[in-house]
Amino acid sequence: MVNIKINNTNVTVEEGTTILDAAKAKNIKIPTLCYYPDLDIKSDCRICTVEITGQKGLVTACSTPVRDGMEIKTNSPRVLNARKTITELMLANHDANCTACEKNMNCELQTLANTLGIDENRFESVLEMQELDTANTSITRNPNRCIKCGRCVDVCKNVQGINVLESMNRSHEMFISPKYGRYLSDEDCTFCGQCSSVCPVASITEKDDTDLVWNALDDDKKHVIVQVAPAVRVSLGEEMGQKPGSIVTTKMVAALKQLGFDRVFDTDFTADLTILEEGNELIHRITEGGKLPMITSCCPGWINLVEQQYPEIIDNLSSCKSPQQMFGALAKTYYAKKENIKPEDLFVVSIMPCTAKKYEAAREEMSADGKNRDVDAVLTTRELGKMVRQMGINFDQLEEIEFDDPFGITSGAGAIFGATGGVMEAALRTVSEVVNEKPLEKLEFESVRGLEGIKEAEVDLGGQKVKVAVAHSLSKAKQLADQVKAGTSPYAFIEVMTCPGGCIGGGGQPYNTTNAVREERIRATYQVDSDMKLRKSHENPVIQKLYEDYLTKPLSDLSHDLLHTHYHKRRT
Amino acid sequence: MLEDILKKHPQHEDSLIEILLEYQNVKTKRYITDEEVEQIAKYLGVTESKVCSVVSFYTFFSTEPRGKHIIQVCKDVPCYVNGSGNVLKTLEQLLNIRIGETTKDEKFTLEYTSCLGNCDGAPAMRIDGKTFTNLNPNKVKAIISEYRGVN
Repeated sequence: MVNIKINNTNVTVEEGTTILDAAKAKNIKIPTLCYYPDLDIKSDCRICTVEITGQKGLVTACSTPVRDGMEIKTNSPRVLNARKTITELMLANHDANCTACEKNMNCELQTLANTLGIDENRFESVLEMQELDTANTSITRNPNRCIKCGRCVDVCKNVQGINVLESMNRSHEMFISPKYGRYLSDEDCTFCGQCSSVCPVASITEKDDTDLVWNALDDDKKHVIVQVAPAVRVSLGEEMGQKPGSIVTTKMVAALKQLGFDRVFDTDFTADLTILEEGNELIHRITEGGKLPMITSCCPGWINLVEQQYPEIIDNLSSCKSPQQMFGALAKTYYAKKENIKPEDLFVVSIMPCTAKKYEAAREEMSADGKNRDVDAVLTTRELGKMVRQMGINFDQLEEIEFDDPFGITSGAGAIFGATGGVMEAALRTVSEVVNEKPLEKLEFESVRGLEGIKEAEVDLGGQKVKVAVAHSLSKAKQLADQVKAGTSPYAFIEVMTCPGGCIGGGGQPYNTTNAVREERIRATYQVDSDMKLRKSHENPVIQKLYEDYLTKPLSDLSHDLLHTHYHKRRT
Repeated sequence: MLEDILKKHPQHEDSLIEILLEYQNVKTKRYITDEEVEQIAKYLGVTESKVCSVVSFYTFFSTEPRGKHIIQVCKDVPCYVNGSGNVLKTLEQLLNIRIGETTKDEKFTLEYTSCLGNCDGAPAMRIDGKTFTNLNPNKVKAIISEYRGVN
């Protein structure tokens, strides 16, 4: 242990602790900007600068380990002055038109300027306005707001293993972008949106589609329905000022009704349907000698990675569409017919924790009639939060409303799709019972749960031991993909989710997602599951009825037409 | 030509700078094009962003065609306070180009560089591989006429 003094208070911490963590343990707040929990220490921005008695220069608290006897001042006039100067320098090269910014009142730079009491900038602006990158359907990049903290580069390179965002040039000419300042779509960007999730300002954001949805809601001729992904009910609460891990399903439905949606449905329903299709596809591949390992295809960031960088393993992907797109296809066919609505008068919105879902919905093969999109607009959790605030809804005071029929009857298996390991667990619940022809003694497959990077399990399918694996974050997914490509994968079935923690940690989720927050959302996800009466997809009576009335059976011709697709090598 | 150089190096990110240096030295007009960035990235299994990041960081590398001789004037502080501004002005007048440009006869390219490690001999510049220190306008004129005469 090491004894130090912070602001004249004695503190004892473990050797190797940084000044920042030591201060945090004593509830002393040191401001940070480039620092982000669970990411690398960069010490780029210098905001966490502190003074050490007897030492000439100021040091960064995030990167300096404590030494025995160290006396640290976190708030001396010298420190505060330095922080002020640094912030003013950043503001002099930043488009600080705050009222015209998505992150107004929710911006780390703005908060910093406010707490430091900056009321004027001594430096003249040196900002040269650059063109925005609005060339793709998922993510908008505004270089004029970038403060060069490097969080996005770190998450893109080290967490996702993608490395599309990099620093270009050097010194005061340094800027962050894809190659030489071109578009994200000029490189193999998967549109996972993790960069937008960690950006302290609004330099990288999701493409804003809220206007598109407001206009549809305002159009009397349109019947507007919405589906909500499993991971949104355990995160939207944070947008509304609640604690991470709050479950807000019924209030969320009420809020969507108030926004004016004609019907509010649950993507958990088509998650159940995915399990029926994908589970049967897996059984078919195992028994008929099909391509193994089979890999899940629910996650559009992962699909983008495979199509861009691993075309050799495309046949390993399940041919199933994602739950979002299964919902869209069913809505524009089955539902439209049942409700006697012309498909062109039906507007389908989805609320997703994800930025890549915007890209997925715009893919040309995601169209039941070959002309119009199945899912007309995709909003992130953050965008839904924005709409609820725009509408002036008092979220906490809302009544509790359940999802509408028929796509509101769901199982716990569909609910856990939102967490890493969830699709695997949901599939195993169904596949085991179908193959082994007896109920599972225990529904929980705990070995595939949690934040460990790659998880493995062994399951008994009809007397045959089968190995399965789960990966989350693309750098981990690439490890499994490399094995599959090399033909050395020991698994029969692999689940991949692009974002750390799965969809609960998606690129479109509320800001300030850290591993601690992910743990809370995961806990809530399994709570939703264990609170449900139905916990296996194949026992969902509405799914059973859908097959009886319409699809006939899993993997039928109609299922193939509506619920399955093809992937191909391409650049986004 | 690039292909031959690539083959000599292991397919690993660590080879990137060596490949760039070696290739640029033998390439006419000594610069790296977009197509070459793509080819190098593909060979090393890194993104084009990564290659661009390295190319744009080091003043050794250029993405614009350059003249036969590359003159690099130090733009860091010790040289600045010792009169690198006059050195640059003299060069621009002599060559009739601005910083970043190449002479019409494609003989000289004028660039900035970051510190050359010759602060004790500031202001300093480098022509091709050779460093010149303690510069003043007369010395610069002499150096340039020598390069003109020799070539």
